[in-house]
Amino acid sequence: MRDMSSTPLTQLDRVVIRFAGDSGDGMQLTGDRFTSDTASLGNDLSTLPNFPAEIRAPQGTLPGVSSFQLHFANHDIATPGDAPDVLVAMNPAALKANLADLPRGATVIANADEFTKRNLAKVGYAVSPLEDGSLAQAGYHVHALPLTSMTVEALAEFDLTRKEKERAKNMLALGLLSWLYSRDTAGTEAFLRAKFAKAPQILEANLVALRAGHAYGETTEGFAVRYEVAPAPMPAGTYRTITGNQAMALGLVAAAERSGLPLVLGSYPITPASDILHQLSALKGQGVTTLQAEDEIAAVGMALGASFGGALGVTTTSGPGLALKSETIGLAVSTELPLVVIDIQRGGPSTGLPTKTEQADLLQAMYGRNGESPVAVVAAQSPSDCFTSAMEAVRIATTYRTPVILLSDGYLGNGSEPWAVPSVRDLPDLTVEHATEPNATDEKGEPVFHPFLRDELTLARPWAVPGTPGLEHRIGGIEKADVTGHISYDPTNHDTMVRLRQAKIDRIADSIPDLTVDDPDGDARLLVLGWGSTYGPIAAATRLARTSGAKVARAHLRHLHPFPSNLGEVLRRYERVVLPEMNLGQLALLLRGRYLVDVRSHTAVRGLPFTAAELAEVIHSHLLEVSDTTMGARA
Amino acid sequence: MSTDLGLPTHGTTGVPTLAEGTALTKKDFTSDQEVRWCPGCGDYAVLAAVQGFLPELGLRRENIVFVSGIGCSSRFPYYLDTYGMHSIHGRAPAIATGLATAREDLSVWVVTGDGDALSIGGNHLIHAMRRNVNLTILLFNNKIYGLTKGQYSPTSDVGAVTKSTPSGSVDHPFNPVSLAIGAEATFVARTMDSDRAHLTEVLRAAAAHRGTALVEIYQNCPIFNDGAFQLLKDKDEATARIAHLRAGEPVHVGADHVVVRDEHGRMTVVPQEQADPARVVVHDPAEADPSTAFALSRLDDPTMQHVPMGIFRQVQRPTYDDGVRAQVRAAAGTDAPSTPAEREESLAALLHGPDTWTVHGTRAGEAEQTLEGETTEGPIPAAGDALVHEGERTLVE
Repeated sequence: MRDMSSTPLTQLDRVVIRFAGDSGDGMQLTGDRFTSDTASLGNDLSTLPNFPAEIRAPQGTLPGVSSFQLHFANHDIATPGDAPDVLVAMNPAALKANLADLPRGATVIANADEFTKRNLAKVGYAVSPLEDGSLAQAGYHVHALPLTSMTVEALAEFDLTRKEKERAKNMLALGLLSWLYSRDTAGTEAFLRAKFAKAPQILEANLVALRAGHAYGETTEGFAVRYEVAPAPMPAGTYRTITGNQAMALGLVAAAERSGLPLVLGSYPITPASDILHQLSALKGQGVTTLQAEDEIAAVGMALGASFGGALGVTTTSGPGLALKSETIGLAVSTELPLVVIDIQRGGPSTGLPTKTEQADLLQAMYGRNGESPVAVVAAQSPSDCFTSAMEAVRIATTYRTPVILLSDGYLGNGSEPWAVPSVRDLPDLTVEHATEPNATDEKGEPVFHPFLRDELTLARPWAVPGTPGLEHRIGGIEKADVTGHISYDPTNHDTMVRLRQAKIDRIADSIPDLTVDDPDGDARLLVLGWGSTYGPIAAATRLARTSGAKVARAHLRHLHPFPSNLGEVLRRYERVVLPEMNLGQLALLLRGRYLVDVRSHTAVRGLPFTAAELAEVIHSHLLEVSDTTMGARA
Repeated sequence: MSTDLGLPTHGTTGVPTLAEGTALTKKDFTSDQEVRWCPGCGDYAVLAAVQGFLPELGLRRENIVFVSGIGCSSRFPYYLDTYGMHSIHGRAPAIATGLATAREDLSVWVVTGDGDALSIGGNHLIHAMRRNVNLTILLFNNKIYGLTKGQYSPTSDVGAVTKSTPSGSVDHPFNPVSLAIGAEATFVARTMDSDRAHLTEVLRAAAAHRGTALVEIYQNCPIFNDGAFQLLKDKDEATARIAHLRAGEPVHVGADHVVVRDEHGRMTVVPQEQADPARVVVHDPAEADPSTAFALSRLDDPTMQHVPMGIFRQVQRPTYDDGVRAQVRAAAGTDAPSTPAEREESLAALLHGPDTWTVHGTRAGEAEQTLEGETTEGPIPAAGDALVHEGERTLVE
């Protein structure tokens, strides 16, 4: 769509838009489409969908508000943005729920039609904030537009009910925003054509609404300027946008391909992990088998059964599901079979906040089983990094014959960003060899198979799968004799086996890279350490702090068990280590216990990622303390 | 979809068989592990029967897998020289489902007990049967928790005095056969540890059945519930009480009683001479409707007046694992990528998805320049030299 309007064009570096409406208003779809059109324009971007657990909470109420925040820029960005520059509020609830996040100077585009007495009353507005001047007073630029009636009017010719016509109002809003920020809507049009291929009238209505929104922008004089955000200078490559859950599914498929193992997913639906089940269920053509189990326990059991059969057994879940799977994970520890357990963390405890993000399952992943039951723990740090992390989890699981718990979270799982699609040839080679021959001889000199005779380098036991002649053996959860794998209650043997299982996990550290530190000048005294999805906010916060002259180093852990070999040395190098976590300090506890370093926690469990500004503030306050201490010492 | 997928119908189709002219013996299936059940335990008889029967299948030993849960009977896999997994309490059907689905070339057996299968693992058992996974499940029912030393189980009779029910159990028991038929298991049978011939006959039919075969085995625990099935072991008593289910034959109880449908449709046992021949129940395990098989299973009660033994139900229904594999094969299609290059190309296409854009290089050093504070106003870095869209944006659902 070519723009013919004469509204002056202003260049911006970055914009944060938040689309907010009732959960039935299609805000997630609107956000997704704006994201897609933005991605293909070449901006760097990061998104934060935020929606209630209820599919349709009572209409027009605060609990029913669903929002989608998109941050796009002409440069490399790391977070979905701290505060929106533009809020699209489709009803009074959406305005009220999001107003506190709006900084002075922000733009509000509100659907005036929905600001009825009844809707205002639902959220406790006595007077419409669009009319009482309060928004302007607070420094907002307000565009109160009758989006619903504009949509109905645009669709006057259509033989649709009023309700059906009204449903296209999100497309009208999208069209307007696309005009305002100079986005091409061709991608969205193609999307709509595919989505409504079987409902030509609905398709046409959506297209007309989309174009009407764009045309309104062109003709109205309500907007003084239009904006343009130039493409970000990204490294050469082919890009797509990807959510964490999509990247996770693709990473698993790629790992299966590169390992030569068939992928078998056992899963039970749970928010916010179900998307991975959906994605993989649609990839049967890639040889993927998905089993929707009767419960979380069966899901991991099926995955473990598949692993016993020589496949790549994977299960996906969220915190409550991980709790249910713990006994089976213990069985995988004991039988020393590969197993990948993916936990898309959400707010806890118990059912907690199903649709909100948190990092509070770390200790559950580390210790949430009976007995000494060590597993490898890996954490993804950005949506696209879920791909890399999935492949890494598979590498560890298959090489070391161990369960690996891969931690992602709701923020990563649902959030999206551009991803430079890797070349298949550059992906790690994960080739796995199953045992084919006896590995020892008995006292008579006959060849025998010892299922727990370990590889000297990795301490991994052989992975001998049913169907291999001569290697018949029995495994189980009862303690096994070292080497032979027979049932053993011998005290010394148990002590040996407990230590061997831990030693095997510790050996993984030999195969992972040292922790690298981002410290541009090399003389920072403060280290900000993170793990998982705080990667983006910490990166943005350190950049922000550095622009005001702060000297701060930054490092991020992908491997949480075992830690990289140099972690202790890195921690001791800094006068102060600050660790922001979306829990009450779980990694800090582990680091203090392991390295006796006085790691300082900064914690928040609000169901939302940290903002860059908040963490920059944390950095500054710690820097003040560090310099005070130093001066005190000098005095 | 009701299309005929041409799925196999025999339980061991797809499992490699021994070379022509070779055979295994009971000894080949006996592991080197010392059997550690209590003296007189019914499990010994079942083990001997299974070890004696397995060679008959003519399958390669390495393609047979026994998966068990927790309990006395679940030690079973250790004593068989096949592949085996002694898993955790109640979960064997789930683990076996994953294994059987991933590997169609395996004959997968589950060994479980009344506590393992019906209490802690009840959910997995009913769902395995509902799905009709190609598994043979041997459910050893001794009506007691043995390994934990004598608490009542979900098949213990009301009033059973056990360590945890000193005043008698008030818990209503499951009838495993009724439960299995209720879950629409496609093969449901009952047999007894001490009747080797009958046990072997039932195992033979169960192994040949494609789908979940649930075999309840009445098994004596000589320590904690000795004599639970004595009425069925005493020759005279057994003759009067057992109803041998044989396909195509009227259901007799003892020498002189027969099962009829009364005028209300209820199943009752009457003396043969009083039976209306038109109302005598003729056993048809292949009947699609499970209600007759269910009614037969209800003849049994704790007094063991009438105990049907044999195959209650044996019907054909597509199995879950065959269905899953058929869908994967169908999706991969006949022109599935097979060469490494084709596979690489296929994976690359998947990673790219339908909607990509290409950046053709940036000016040197620019990427570093952009690592500026996000919220600061700064010079706008120039864009990549070119931005090219990948053809038509064909978005897919």
